[in-house]
Amino acid sequence: MNPIAHSPHAHAQSSIGKVMLTVMLALTPATLFGFWLYGWPAIHLWAVAIIASIFGEAFVIRIQQRAVRPVIMDGSGILTAWLLALSLPPYAPWWIAVLGSLFAVVVGKQIFGGLGQNVFNPAMAARVMLLISFPLEMTTWGAPLPLTSPNGLNLIEGLRVTFLSQPIDGMASASLLGHVKTEFTRGIGLDQALAGFFTPMDALWGIRAGSLGETAALLLLLGGLVLIARRIITWHAPVAMLLGVAVPALIFSLIDGNHYAGPLVHLLSGGVMLGAFFIITDPVTSPNTAKGQFIFGLGCGLLTWVIRTWGGYPEGVAFAVLLMNAATPLIDQYVKPRIYGRDSKGAALPAKKGV
Amino acid sequence: MKIFERFFSGMRGGVHPEGRKDLSAARGIRALPLPQQLFVPLQQHIGAPAKPVVNVGERVLKGQLIAAAQGNVSAPVHAPTSGIIVALGDYVAPHPSGLPVPTFTLACDGLEEWVALQACDEPFSLEAEDISARVAAAGIVGLGGATFPSALKLNLSRGVQTLIINGGECEPYLTCDDRIMRERATAIVEGITLIAQAVSAKEVIVGIEDNKPESIEAMRGAARAASMKVVAMPSMYPMGSEKQIIQVLTGQEIPAGGRPADIGVLVHNVATAFSVQQAIRYGKPLISRIVTVSGGAIKSPGNVEALVGTPVQQLIDFAGGYSRPAARMVLGGPMMGQHITNTNVPVVKGSSGILALTADEIGQDEASPCIRCSTCVRACPVGLLPLEMAAHIRTSDLSGAVDLGLKDCIACGSCSYVCPAHIPLVHYFNYAKGDLAAQERAKLKQEATKKLADARSERIARIERERAEMMAKRKAAREAKERAAKEAAAKAAEETA
Repeated sequence: MNPIAHSPHAHAQSSIGKVMLTVMLALTPATLFGFWLYGWPAIHLWAVAIIASIFGEAFVIRIQQRAVRPVIMDGSGILTAWLLALSLPPYAPWWIAVLGSLFAVVVGKQIFGGLGQNVFNPAMAARVMLLISFPLEMTTWGAPLPLTSPNGLNLIEGLRVTFLSQPIDGMASASLLGHVKTEFTRGIGLDQALAGFFTPMDALWGIRAGSLGETAALLLLLGGLVLIARRIITWHAPVAMLLGVAVPALIFSLIDGNHYAGPLVHLLSGGVMLGAFFIITDPVTSPNTAKGQFIFGLGCGLLTWVIRTWGGYPEGVAFAVLLMNAATPLIDQYVKPRIYGRDSKGAALPAKKGV
Repeated sequence: MKIFERFFSGMRGGVHPEGRKDLSAARGIRALPLPQQLFVPLQQHIGAPAKPVVNVGERVLKGQLIAAAQGNVSAPVHAPTSGIIVALGDYVAPHPSGLPVPTFTLACDGLEEWVALQACDEPFSLEAEDISARVAAAGIVGLGGATFPSALKLNLSRGVQTLIINGGECEPYLTCDDRIMRERATAIVEGITLIAQAVSAKEVIVGIEDNKPESIEAMRGAARAASMKVVAMPSMYPMGSEKQIIQVLTGQEIPAGGRPADIGVLVHNVATAFSVQQAIRYGKPLISRIVTVSGGAIKSPGNVEALVGTPVQQLIDFAGGYSRPAARMVLGGPMMGQHITNTNVPVVKGSSGILALTADEIGQDEASPCIRCSTCVRACPVGLLPLEMAAHIRTSDLSGAVDLGLKDCIACGSCSYVCPAHIPLVHYFNYAKGDLAAQERAKLKQEATKKLADARSERIARIERERAEMMAKRKAAREAKERAAKEAAAKAAEETA
């Protein structure tokens, strides 16, 4: 080390590893809930995703002849795989998780230059890749089979589902958004389609078919609040995304309630909660400034709603995030903080001599 | 409404480093025993170094002028005690470089014999110019750390609206201003009144961070009869920075590239106000200051009044030495102070603290990649994008960094402090500023060289031209002469014919 040290000679006790660990802890309640709700297959899928990311990243770092340990230990690759796993259908086969994880850490992150260099959110890039490449596996949802319920799967049965793609008897179901989309194509309006399918309380807790860790809206919100309280993230992007989804949903549902789902349906379904608090707050791929983050979140929310409402896919969070990731450098170019002693254009403030 | 106001007029960003002021705040200021030798540098201020006015071997008295100010921006230096000047030469500077700088070595005779002082019993009857002149003669510089000659600041700030007295002391560990306010509030208030008189300020605000309740109380008590407001400010680093304290107390900002006087404000430090009072009332020049000796590796931290020129090691010894090995010695506060590797360096006018820090206190780690978390953006009190500036500097794109506001950076260290990736951001910025300054100097030098070269070629051309002209003139004269001779000859021939 340089014998002459530069100021400051005091540092806050934080590190990237600690930041990642805090995010993982904030994700834990929703993850555990997902494990309980969908049983052993969900646990296997999650574990496979994380192991694949560790080996995948270690392999790439080895090729680059860099030290593997610090890269793995910063936890960013594990967090990426974790977030990806939470966005997968819980009864998906193991290779979906492996492919997704490898794509996320190798193509999504390391090829761009590693931590901090990627343009697109690796987890969302992987999810979109999987959705486009394997639409069947990525949209086969199973009704919840909680660990504690009598028809819950045991460890071995869970292994069979994940690794041998053994179908679960009579459990094919649809996610809320998929269901609504399908019903629309059959000419069935929202009031009928939602009847018995959407109950706000269940949606709040997340007891329904859906991605591994996206359904527990309340627990995700709790995790998000922890991150805000711990100052890992700020409120700007999450609040903006929720507004971006809820405001148009409210306006359009007031205009035509039978055709456009209301804000509650949108907020409590799909990946909105996970997206708002854990995906679009990814520092690497979001803007630098509070104002920029607000614009970014608003864009993510609006695009999500637009894709859900008029797009071909029932869910739009991943696409919306990738599109806004692409806009991040542009936002950063135009949204900058005002510098002390200068106006917003960068010109020096006028002097007022004497007064 | 009050909260609302504070929200809009308060500083942006800032950080909450661990204060650690309790280490040294409780104990009163103690006078350091007289050292055997003092090392007094000629330059302890911003500007030109002072010019020696005494010779080696000469005996000097305490407070005697030993080096005079030279140039527009400078400050004189006085003998901190009586004794013999034994050397004037290079001595290690209180600077990270440890390079030698011109320094007086004074062998103390232990008599503490004062020079005749020009005291003033009625200081408030003095003219503004007179106050400035006495402050200048006393060699007073900004004791908050900037060490800008105080008298110059007074002269440049005549007729300001607001005088702000900075008792912020936002740097962790440092308690020298806290102690001086607690113990010498009356003298400080008199000094403040004199400064206000020198610039005819219409309003005087003393800003003190609310983590120093004793100081606030002492200053309020002392200021009761005087017309000044003592304001408790929120404790947040860098509250004591000139730009930030103005923003917090007046809601105004110094225009970029300007001075506080541009918006009718003058800021002085509390310790400077004390020195002004000493200089005016007792005629005492600035020859000592309060220094905080602290840090996790110091056995018994506290504040001492040390003569300028005292080797740092003596202050450490006085504080009981080390309780455990120090990982780093710092002159000043931990946020903006300078790392020193040699404890023989002298205390100078701007030395506010001597810290012996342990590795745990420093908390520095190897830098890892930037994850663009923008914690630095939120921490920056100026509104800069430290992560972007550092990225530009890493690729040697200095003009890109300047476009992002590099020159507005106050080097407060908030960004480096909070960075979870431990990227030495301020180091990048100071490196870039240094490089830019070097480029600027090189450009000036190039321009000067070009000017000289142009002048030379013009001179040569002129000489050539003059010579050519002279030749032409001579030729013309010769030809005229020849023609005349010819004509004369022709005429003569005609006549003879």
